Amino acid sequence: MPTVYVNDKPVEIGTEKLNCVQVAAKAGVEIPHYCYHPALSVVASCRMCLIEMGDLKDGKVTMQPKVLPGCQTPVKDGSVIVTGDYAKRDAATKALPYDAAYKPGEKTQKAQADTLEGLLLNHPLDCPVCDKAGECKLQDYSFQYGHGESRMVDTKNTPANKPEISSKITLFTDRCILCTRCVRFTREISGTSELQVVGRGHHEEIDVFPGYPLENKLSGNVVDLCPVGALGSKDFLYTQRVWYLKTTDNVCAGCSTGCSIHTDANKDIVYRLRPRPNPAAQGDFMCDEGRWGYHYTNSPDRITRPLSRENGALRPFDWAGLAKLKESFGAAKKAVAVLSPFLTVEEAYRLGTAFQSIHKDVRLVLGPVPVVGEDDLYPKDVKGRAVTPTKFIIHAEKCPNRRGVESVLQKLQGEVIAFASAVNQPMDALWFTGGYPNADAVNAAMPDNWTAAKLLVVQDLFHSKLMKAATTILPATTAFEKDGTFVNHSGLAQSFVKAIKAPVEVRSELQLGYDLAGKKGLATVAAVRKDLAKEMPQYASLEVVAPAKAGSRLELATV
Amino acid sequence: MPFEPILLARINKPNSIQLNGYRADGGYATFERALREKQPLEVVTQVKDSGLRGRGGAGFPTGLKWTFLPKDHPGPIYLCINADESEPCTYNNRILMEKDPHQVLEGIMISSYAIRSECAYFYIRYEYGDAYRNLQAAIDECYAAGLLGKNIHGSGFNLDIYIHRGAGAYICGEETGLIESIEGKRAWPRIKPPFPAIEGAFRKPTIVNNVETMACVTQILRRGNDWFKSMGVPPDPKNPRDAGSYGPKLYTIAGHVNEPKCVELPMGVTIRELVEKHGGGVWKGRKAKSVNPGGLSMGFAKCDLALKGEDGKTEYDIPLDFNGPGKIGCLGLGTAAITVIDDQTSMVDVLHNVCQFFSHESCGQCTPCREGTGWMLKITDRLRRGQGRREDLDVLVDVADRIGMMPGTTICGLADGAGWPVKTAIRKFRQEFEDVIRSGAKSVHSKSLQLVDAH
Ligand SMILES: Cc1cc2nc3c(=O)[nH]c(=O)nc-3n(C[C@H](O)[C@H](O)[C@H](O)COP(=O)(O)O)c2cc1C
Ligand code: SF4
Ligand code: SF4
Ligand code: SF4
Ligand code: FES
Repeated sequence: MPTVYVNDKPVEIGTEKLNCVQVAAKAGVEIPHYCYHPALSVVASCRMCLIEMGDLKDGKVTMQPKVLPGCQTPVKDGSVIVTGDYAKRDAATKALPYDAAYKPGEKTQKAQADTLEGLLLNHPLDCPVCDKAGECKLQDYSFQYGHGESRMVDTKNTPANKPEISSKITLFTDRCILCTRCVRFTREISGTSELQVVGRGHHEEIDVFPGYPLENKLSGNVVDLCPVGALGSKDFLYTQRVWYLKTTDNVCAGCSTGCSIHTDANKDIVYRLRPRPNPAAQGDFMCDEGRWGYHYTNSPDRITRPLSRENGALRPFDWAGLAKLKESFGAAKKAVAVLSPFLTVEEAYRLGTAFQSIHKDVRLVLGPVPVVGEDDLYPKDVKGRAVTPTKFIIHAEKCPNRRGVESVLQKLQGEVIAFASAVNQPMDALWFTGGYPNADAVNAAMPDNWTAAKLLVVQDLFHSKLMKAATTILPATTAFEKDGTFVNHSGLAQSFVKAIKAPVEVRSELQLGYDLAGKKGLATVAAVRKDLAKEMPQYASLEVVAPAKAGSRLELATV
Repeated sequence: MPFEPILLARINKPNSIQLNGYRADGGYATFERALREKQPLEVVTQVKDSGLRGRGGAGFPTGLKWTFLPKDHPGPIYLCINADESEPCTYNNRILMEKDPHQVLEGIMISSYAIRSECAYFYIRYEYGDAYRNLQAAIDECYAAGLLGKNIHGSGFNLDIYIHRGAGAYICGEETGLIESIEGKRAWPRIKPPFPAIEGAFRKPTIVNNVETMACVTQILRRGNDWFKSMGVPPDPKNPRDAGSYGPKLYTIAGHVNEPKCVELPMGVTIRELVEKHGGGVWKGRKAKSVNPGGLSMGFAKCDLALKGEDGKTEYDIPLDFNGPGKIGCLGLGTAAITVIDDQTSMVDVLHNVCQFFSHESCGQCTPCREGTGWMLKITDRLRRGQGRREDLDVLVDVADRIGMMPGTTICGLADGAGWPVKTAIRKFRQEFEDVIRSGAKSVHSKSLQLVDAH
């Protein structure tokens, strides 16, 4: 088996083509890096990832005399990598037979400290007012690998900030370390090529072409890619210090891509979403609509308490009235229950079975599926045409879990009934679950001449045409407020956990399902997953898989 | 016996730039004979055996470089001629292009035939207007005469030569920067490997050679390897990696001399001979204090510094072959452009000027080069304004030592070239720098020269 040694520790590489940074990661050694990013081309220019390298052959190690960029240097059987952290290696590992005069890691340590000294020469060191402070690679590496103090006494270059490069993103020019990740992103992933480096030498700056600001549907990714506080999201700017944020692993509900994300929240308010790299889902990035689309969660227009209509006027609804509601629904002649594609698999299953237990002839219907435009493929060429290989897709289907809900419907009633075909049939009672981030899809799905069912329960986030006719309005939860599972466009099931608490008077969909089914106590996804595992084998892994891992692909029956 | 110039033999002769003039001197007969009588591989072997090393700066054996091309490649294979000639005080390529373009073109034809390239890009710096016009006129003549184009003289060999005019940056001379520039991108040198011979222009196998290298190819094929090897310096037996320095070389003499000029001499002439004999001596009756042996990036020789173990000889006496400058801590022969600095000139000013050049020309990709060159400029600027500190000298040497391909911290050799003059100047002239720091003396030029703050 081909073996590489990282700080004396053997790592088997098999047939993989790896560079030193990747191999070291396998050995549990971090090689600090700025310009390298697994999704972008390698430029090997920042020189933070320097290493020493040699070969182990016939029981002898021959080291190359100079340092090498780890990100650019491939490894092969017998490669020996020594990093700047050699001194911190596991002392139990037997040292390789180096030349007696060779001091492992010494050159690298100096070279990395020198690189950092260079990066800090013209850096403003304004960490106290910088959004990135706390998660900044310049801070982190300077602390871990840098010289203690600066030898620079000359005036720093102070290029002007460029808040105008984009409506969404601002550039603190002087903080930039010119890793060119942002530039490569716009050239290689979005393909829109707005960003470039202007100037030469130490007067280089990131900039846009005059008249062509950074405006594309993936632009926000450059903020995550920026290892320092140079590119800032205007949405997040100065709202929170990052160390106050609690990070939860979630799935974006914006479209059927189902991007794996991190949700950063403080005191039950979401402040920021970031992509969570997941090769099985979307890769390393996310789109702007998803990234900045979380505001509906905190919207003042959101319905946060239950209401019922009495004599045309809306009044607070007491949750104690649920039993009566259930009874009336069960007594209706023709009853329809709508399961929204925003529900989790667990919610859909629990609610679906609950409705069936209340009303034996209930028609379970898939809620309106919002589709906007066409799937949007990246990268684009200069004319805006998608080019292959495709690196990112924003799906036209603007909901996270159509496939998951459909699978439940298939199971429970053997068919999926589309909302459009059900809505025009006569009905006496309609129970509508929503969770739509805006009312567009629901409004569009409602026929103009619709005669409302006598009993109309609508559980959703925002007012809609449908809600105008509702006899009972129940508040819904957003994807940030629940535990559950979404199945994306390709059948990938991803579980996630709640990032924030729902507003106090909101009763979650899962709990409602519990209550309607007459079960006692607090609803948990774990309990539903147990049932699911029994009834729907494709979801069996959910029972054991810890949530928000890379995600597991389910082979769902296509409908 | 006085040396008879070969590469410069036709310079300034009437008709020297026209095809008929070149033909009258036996021009293109060599190329035509090669087409008729030689296999491409034979040409490669001859050039390899001649010991010709590239004239562009790095001195890489030309024939050997050609053998790095993939065998039996379906093509295209490209030849790029490097005429970016931006090393300060270097103008040997310019003379060849302006005054004897056909000699260069014949070398390109022979080389293209050898490496099976059907397309050569001639990358010429924009500032060389006359060279461009003369070359283009010569190329046009060749097309008209059937020396370029399809199926040249019925041999089945096709060749097109395109001139690409640069837009003025030193880094466009670095071979992969040049390739990027030809591709229409910013001249940011590429990481190697892959080397251009494997993946170069438009991701196809590519050879980059200097203009003078091409002229040498013409003469080697015309006069034979014995002629080429009859001059120069054989390999140093003590240095297994020395490939020798054969053939004639164009040296340019600039700076504080009476007669700045370009001369052709056998490899290995000493600095002293170049300055005193060919350059007419140091100007104004002064003495030489320091000399750059091959362009600024090679570092400085200190003219009165005695060579160890060589009685009475100083750094002024080192031979200018590929090996010579290395013996006194300089980077190499570089472009064989010597710049003389007289004894009335402050090394602080010289170094400041050098640092201005390199910080201005750094392409800015690599952190060590981008920041290092900028920092060295700021420090030397402070030194010349009389605000130097003793520790500045250590910082300068530290930075100069740590940037470059040799220590492994950069993508291209510009950073090595930026560091070398700094470290050699301070190591060799430390006393002078310390005196300036101690006295706080301001440079006499400190007012007129503003710190370059443009791009
Ligand atoms: C910063 C830098 C600038 C260079 N400029 C030139 C140049 O102007 N002309 C040139 O021929 N070679 C230049 N070179 C050397 C080229 O990279 C390359 O080695 C050369 O063109 C190869 O040709 P040769 O083998 O015929 O010498 C430069 C190298 C560096 C690192
Ligand atoms: S703005 Fe950020 S990502 Fe872009 S080059 Fe500068 S440091 Fe890198
Ligand atoms: S592509 Fe879809 S899932 Fe991904 S961030 Fe955008 S809206 Fe969310
Ligand atoms: S060494 Fe300097 S000039 Fe060369 S690629 Fe790096 S930054 Fe550019
Ligand atoms: S991460 Fe390797 S050089 Fe930047």
